[in-house]
Amino acid sequence: MKSLLLILVPLVAAAVALVLPGQRRRPLLLPVAGLIHAVLTLWLFVDPPEVEAGAWLAFDPLARAVLPVVSLLFLVCSWYGVNYLRIRAERPNRIFIAAMLAVLGLLSAGHQARHVGMLWIFTEAVTLAAVPLLHFNGTPRAFEATWKYLLVGGTGIALSLLGSLCLGYASLYGGGDGQLTFVALTGQGACLSRPWVLIAWVLLLVGYGTKMGLAPMHTWKPEAYGEAPAIVGAILAGGVTSVAFTALLRVRAVVAAAGAGAVADHTLLAIGLFSMLVAALFLLGTRDFKRMLAYSSVEHMGILTIGASLGPAGVAAALFHVWSNGLTKGALFLSAGNIRRAAGSPSMDDVRGMSVLTPHSAAIFVTGMFAVTACPPFGPFFSELKVLRAALETGHGWATALFLGCLLLAFFGLTRVVFGIVDGRPRPATKAGSRRFGETAGVILPPLVLLALSLWLGLFTPAMVSDAWTAAVTQLYPAP
Amino acid sequence: MNNSNLNLLIGLAMGLNLLALGTSRLPALIRAMSVQGVILGVMPILMERPDWRVLLVALATIGGKGLLIPGLLRRAMRTVQIDRELEPLIGFVPSLLLGAGGTIAALALTHLLPLLPEHAGMLLVPGALATVLTGFILLIGRTKAISQVCGYLILENGIYLFGLLLIHAMPLLVEAGVLLDLTVGVFILGIIVDRIQRAFDSLDTRKLTALHE
Repeated sequence: MKSLLLILVPLVAAAVALVLPGQRRRPLLLPVAGLIHAVLTLWLFVDPPEVEAGAWLAFDPLARAVLPVVSLLFLVCSWYGVNYLRIRAERPNRIFIAAMLAVLGLLSAGHQARHVGMLWIFTEAVTLAAVPLLHFNGTPRAFEATWKYLLVGGTGIALSLLGSLCLGYASLYGGGDGQLTFVALTGQGACLSRPWVLIAWVLLLVGYGTKMGLAPMHTWKPEAYGEAPAIVGAILAGGVTSVAFTALLRVRAVVAAAGAGAVADHTLLAIGLFSMLVAALFLLGTRDFKRMLAYSSVEHMGILTIGASLGPAGVAAALFHVWSNGLTKGALFLSAGNIRRAAGSPSMDDVRGMSVLTPHSAAIFVTGMFAVTACPPFGPFFSELKVLRAALETGHGWATALFLGCLLLAFFGLTRVVFGIVDGRPRPATKAGSRRFGETAGVILPPLVLLALSLWLGLFTPAMVSDAWTAAVTQLYPAP
Repeated sequence: MNNSNLNLLIGLAMGLNLLALGTSRLPALIRAMSVQGVILGVMPILMERPDWRVLLVALATIGGKGLLIPGLLRRAMRTVQIDRELEPLIGFVPSLLLGAGGTIAALALTHLLPLLPEHAGMLLVPGALATVLTGFILLIGRTKAISQVCGYLILENGIYLFGLLLIHAMPLLVEAGVLLDLTVGVFILGIIVDRIQRAFDSLDTRKLTALHE
């Protein structure tokens, strides 16, 4: 029941947002729904419900291992969102708030989906619900970004439906009775038709990989993250991508049960390394600090995928990385949003000296950059270390070398852009523009809290959280 | 069970793919796509045992792909005042050749795939593959937003064709495919909204320069 409320509360709040008059009071719905959602998630996290094997939607161990960080991220972002929408009072926010809440509800549903069809429906719905978020600024560039997101994302979503159908046919060919829950499919095991399972895997990897933003299907990301408000970028990078990642984990378990686990792992490793490489190279070239965050997100999706290919220890490390990356990216996006608004431009050609104009945001941005490039003692350092250890223990020597090389290149790329905009003397034009933007507590504290959470996760990973990751791994790798 | 009738319809749909690839005129493209939508909608009724769920899918498909979306697209076309694809990235003849080659490849490939005995005599799998490929060629090879939307719809039609294999065993997945039409709806809405917004923008800038001068 509580697990259904996770879906219903945000959706009802979204409906309320659509009918509620009052541009100024409406944003308060975000933290209210976010708080209820977070309390429910915490409750379910501490006291996980019994999961029926055949349930289509349930708060199962995998949902328990990922959904809390999405909820937490949304809560902090919604706090920022109230202040952000106050600054942007000139834009109508009715659709934006409704879409934001709908995304939260549909994400909760997607994470809990234990049925191939349900999973697809909710991923599709999240994709569509996010469209108005990207178009919030209403500029021609924002429209272009939204169009690209829809075209690339829509194609990805279509391919994942085709993949789901192929998986269904694999089950039908193997004598299945039309049950499409992941439990039933895994139960069919080797009876599943191998050629169809492999076709399904490729299509689903491309389809959900597009949603995650793995290279070469990442092309929507730089535009979308570059043009969307910071809070949207944070939710997309930390929340929406994670639902596609857990989808891949669930599908991988079926493919492994059908006896093609090795193929799945090889493709995951290859596409993960390719994403890291592409992201690292683009990071060396980009001059826009919001697009930089998008490429950094591609890189981290690569790390997640690599983790997923490395067996039980790797998956546990990847789930850890979902948490640490989500929180750290959130801090980066929100502080970058502050800098962008004060500076009036996202390009390092126009912006410099932001440490003078927005000292707090710049400090958070620089610290967040070090955190996300895996400098100790923040969360990403420990989670990436675990991925590395899993890679070495499973004998992937050259992959480890490439992984480290990409991390180094990404570090160069990120420091180049970040110090480019933070250091130096501010331009007179930027100085004049930034006077209108005050660094209030409402826009400084949320990213600071996210950064602190990332630090806390790295230094004192609570036993309960790491137990949740282990439980999810047990669900995905059932003992023979 | 009337496999030959069904195969005839699938053959027609595949022919419409080539028509869609070869034309530069948007109204013709939209017409090819909408006729294909209607053909696709009729198919499940012709297949064995049409129960109410199947009928619902058929009606939604004919209504959505055959009438509603083409109508919206025509409206969008009038709004943006474009009725020709002038500079395609992949020319019309090369796209036709690609499409024809793809159709042959799809027929050949189907022999390699394991199919249940009741599906072995049907053209559904090659038809689906060829239609998906056509959709991709249009999506990648055309530059006008409306042609791309048509390409997306044809891609979707291909997926629907494949889904017909599963319509009795797992109707939910096929019904879910109707949601893809919603994506198309958002696309078209995007085109119209963008146009309106641009109209306002240009109006505003003209006003601004007038005040300056």
